Amino acid sequence: MKQTISVLVENQAGVLNRITGLFSRRAFNIESLAVGPTDDPTISRITIIVDSGNNMVDQVEKQLNKLVDVIKVRTLEENNLIGRELMILKVNATNKTRQDIMTICSIYGAKVDDISPSSMTLELSDTPERLDTFQTMMRPFSILEVVRTGVIAVQKGSGKI
Amino acid sequence: MTGAQALVKSLKLQKVEHIFGYAGATICPIMDVLSAMPEMGYTLVRTEQNAGHMASGYARISGKVGVCLVTSGPGATNLITGIATAYMDSIPIVAITGQVPSHLLGRDIFQEVDITGAVAPFIKHSYLVKDANDLPRVVAEAFHIAATGRPGPVLIDIPVDVQTQEIKKFSCPDEVSIRGYKPSIRGNDLQIKRVVQAIARSRQPLICAGGGVWLAHAQKELLELAERCHIPVVKTMMGISVLPTDHPLNLGMIGAHGNHCANKALAKSDLLIMVGTRAADRALVNPTDIQQRMATIHIDVDPAEIGKNMTAAIPLVGDVKVILQQLLEKDVPVTDSDAWLAQLRDYRKAELSRVFPKREGYVFPGTVLRHLGRKLADDAVVCVDVGQNQIFTCKHLPQKHGRLLTSGGLGTMGYALPAAVGAKVAAPDRQTLVVCGDGSFQMSMNELAAVQQAGMDVKIVLMRNNTLGMVHEIQKKAPYHGPYGVSLDGSPAFDTIAAAYGIPSITVNDEDTLDTQLDRFLSTPGCCLLICEVHPDMSTTD
Ligand SMILES: Cc1ncc(C[n+]2csc(CCOP(=O)(O)OP(=O)(O)O)c2C)c(N)n1
Ligand SMILES: [Mg+2]
Repeated sequence: MKQTISVLVENQAGVLNRITGLFSRRAFNIESLAVGPTDDPTISRITIIVDSGNNMVDQVEKQLNKLVDVIKVRTLEENNLIGRELMILKVNATNKTRQDIMTICSIYGAKVDDISPSSMTLELSDTPERLDTFQTMMRPFSILEVVRTGVIAVQKGSGKI
Repeated sequence: MTGAQALVKSLKLQKVEHIFGYAGATICPIMDVLSAMPEMGYTLVRTEQNAGHMASGYARISGKVGVCLVTSGPGATNLITGIATAYMDSIPIVAITGQVPSHLLGRDIFQEVDITGAVAPFIKHSYLVKDANDLPRVVAEAFHIAATGRPGPVLIDIPVDVQTQEIKKFSCPDEVSIRGYKPSIRGNDLQIKRVVQAIARSRQPLICAGGGVWLAHAQKELLELAERCHIPVVKTMMGISVLPTDHPLNLGMIGAHGNHCANKALAKSDLLIMVGTRAADRALVNPTDIQQRMATIHIDVDPAEIGKNMTAAIPLVGDVKVILQQLLEKDVPVTDSDAWLAQLRDYRKAELSRVFPKREGYVFPGTVLRHLGRKLADDAVVCVDVGQNQIFTCKHLPQKHGRLLTSGGLGTMGYALPAAVGAKVAAPDRQTLVVCGDGSFQMSMNELAAVQQAGMDVKIVLMRNNTLGMVHEIQKKAPYHGPYGVSLDGSPAFDTIAAAYGIPSITVNDEDTLDTQLDRFLSTPGCCLLICEVHPDMSTTD
C-alpha cells in the first residue's frame, strides 16, 4: 500500500543525506521524494511516498523521529489528502502532429512552455496517476524527455502537521 | 580566544576530566591547548579504534560521557569500529576528529575523509563545524544528545582552521534545546496501570533485564520490583551483572548462548517483562513465537525498539528508571509465583553445580572462571572479549556487585583490554580484569603499552586455545566441513610478549594448582597476564 509521509526537517547541510541514508540502511523503499522550503526559512519539508505495510510505515516514522534534524513526522491519511506532482515533458512535434498534441493538452489542462519546429515542451501539474496517463497519451508522438518532481502533499482541511 | 580554546573550555564545562586520543597534524591546535592543562587526563591509545573502546569502558564505569580525540583521515577511519561498537551498545561517547582546512573540503587533499558521512549509519548524531563561534553550542548539544534518551556516540568534526579561528565571544546556552530531539521520560499512566494488572494476573512472570537498566542506572529499582513482586530475572548479555549470581531470583543469561535455566524459564513463562532491551536476535531467538505464547510488556526509552523485532502487548516508552519508579509507586502486587519459583530454583541449582569436563594438560574455561569469580572483589569490573571466552564468562563467571563489560551488539574482538583501560581510568580503585581469547588479545595487545604507560593494575586472563575458538566451534558442525582459517599457529609466546612490556605472567594448565595460581595472579602488583591453556576442541556447550 502506498503511504505519504510528510517530514519537517532543519534546513541544514547533510540532512537529506541522513534521511536517504536511513531509508537504504533500514531497507525501506522510497517511491518518491520531494524536498522544498517552507514558510519558515529554517525548516524544509520533505514528502516521501513509500510502498509498504502499516508495520513498516510505523518503523519508518519512528526511525525518522530518531534523527536529531527531524522536527516532525506525519503519515497523511491517504483518502483525505491533496497530492500533486509537476511534470515537464518534451515531445516530437511536427506540423502534422502539433494539433493532436494540443488537443490532448487541453483535455488534461497541460501548458505549452516552449515550441520549436520539431518539438514541444509541455508542463502539467496533477496527481501522479493523471501524469502517468498523460505520459501514455504522449508516447505515440515519441517523447524526447520527461522530468517529474515527485509528489508533494498536504492533508485536506484546516489542520497542519 | 581560538576555536581550540573554546572547544577545551566547552569540554571543561561538561566536566570532562579525561581524553583518550591519538595525535596528528589536524588536531595540533587542540593538543596545544591541552598541553597547558595538566588537570585534564590524557591517554595515548595505540590505535584509534581503541580510543573508542576506552571511552566506552570509561563511560560505562563512570556514568559520564567518554571522550576521544583523533586526527583526520586515517585517524578518523580507524576510529570507526569504536564508534559502531558504542552505537550498538548505546554507550555515550563524544568523538572529536580533526579535519582538513574548511576551504579545502571536498578536494581529497592529504588525510581528508568525509567522516561524518562515513559514520552516519551507526552514530546518534554528528556535526561538521564550519564556524568556531558554534563550538560552545555544538559541544553542549553533543554531550546532551550522547547522554540522554537512548545514549549513543556523537561525533564532532572540526577543520583545523576552525580550531585556530578567533571567536567573537564565548557564548554557550544555559540549557540545550533542540526542537527535533525530545526524549520521552515518564511512562504513560494508563499503560502503567495495564502493567500492574498484567503482573497481578500472572502466575509465571519473568523479567528480562537488558543493558538499558545499566544505562538508566535503574539496577536498584529493577531489584526492588523483582523482589517485591516475586518475579525471577533473566538477563541479556548487556544486562548480565544487574543481579549477583547467588540472588535467589537470578536465572542467568538468556539466548542462543545463554544459560539453560534462563532459556527454560523463558519457554515456560506466561508474562515476559522486558526492561531496557531491544529484543535482538541473540537474546530472543524467536520473538514471533514468544509474542504468540505469552503476554509481553516492553519497557524501553527508544520508541523505535518497540515493535521493531517484536510486538509487545503492552509497550511502555520512557526512561527505565522513571518507569520502574512509577510502577513501584503503584501497589504492584506480589504474584502467586511460588510454584514457578520453586521449579526454576531446581533448574538453576542443577546448572550452577554442573560438572565441567577435565582434560590432562589443560584447564576448562568454566572451571577457571568459577574459581576466579569467587576470589574477586565485590565490585570488580570484568571486561570480556568476543568468542568462546565471552560465552564462557557470561555463563559461568559468578557475579557479585561489580560489572561485566563486553561488546554485546557488534561483538567486536579486541574490545576488552581497551575497555578495561577506560574503566580503570574511571575507577582507579576498583579491581579490573580482562578475559580474552588468543585471537581477540592479538587485536588489541598493543594497548599493553597504554596500561604500562599509566602503571595500571589491570589483570588479564588469556584463554589460549590457539584457535579462533568460536568460529572453530561453528565450523565443526553441519553444514560446514570442519575448521578452516582459524588456526592461530604463528602466535607469539604470550609470556615473552608480556615480558617485553615489563609485565609478569603465569601459565596454568592444571586444574589442581588452579587456586594457588589464581591467588598468585591476583596478588601480583600491577598488571599481570594469566595464560590459561585451553583445549581447542572445548565447546561453549560443554
Ligand atoms: C573484529 C572481529 N572479527 C571477526 C569476528 C568473528 N569472530 C567471532 S568470535 C571469533 C573468534 C575469537 O577467537 P578468540 O579471541 O581466540 O576467542 P575464542 O573463541 O578462541 O575464545 C571470531 C573470529 C569478530 N567477532 N570480530
Ligand atoms: Mg582462541
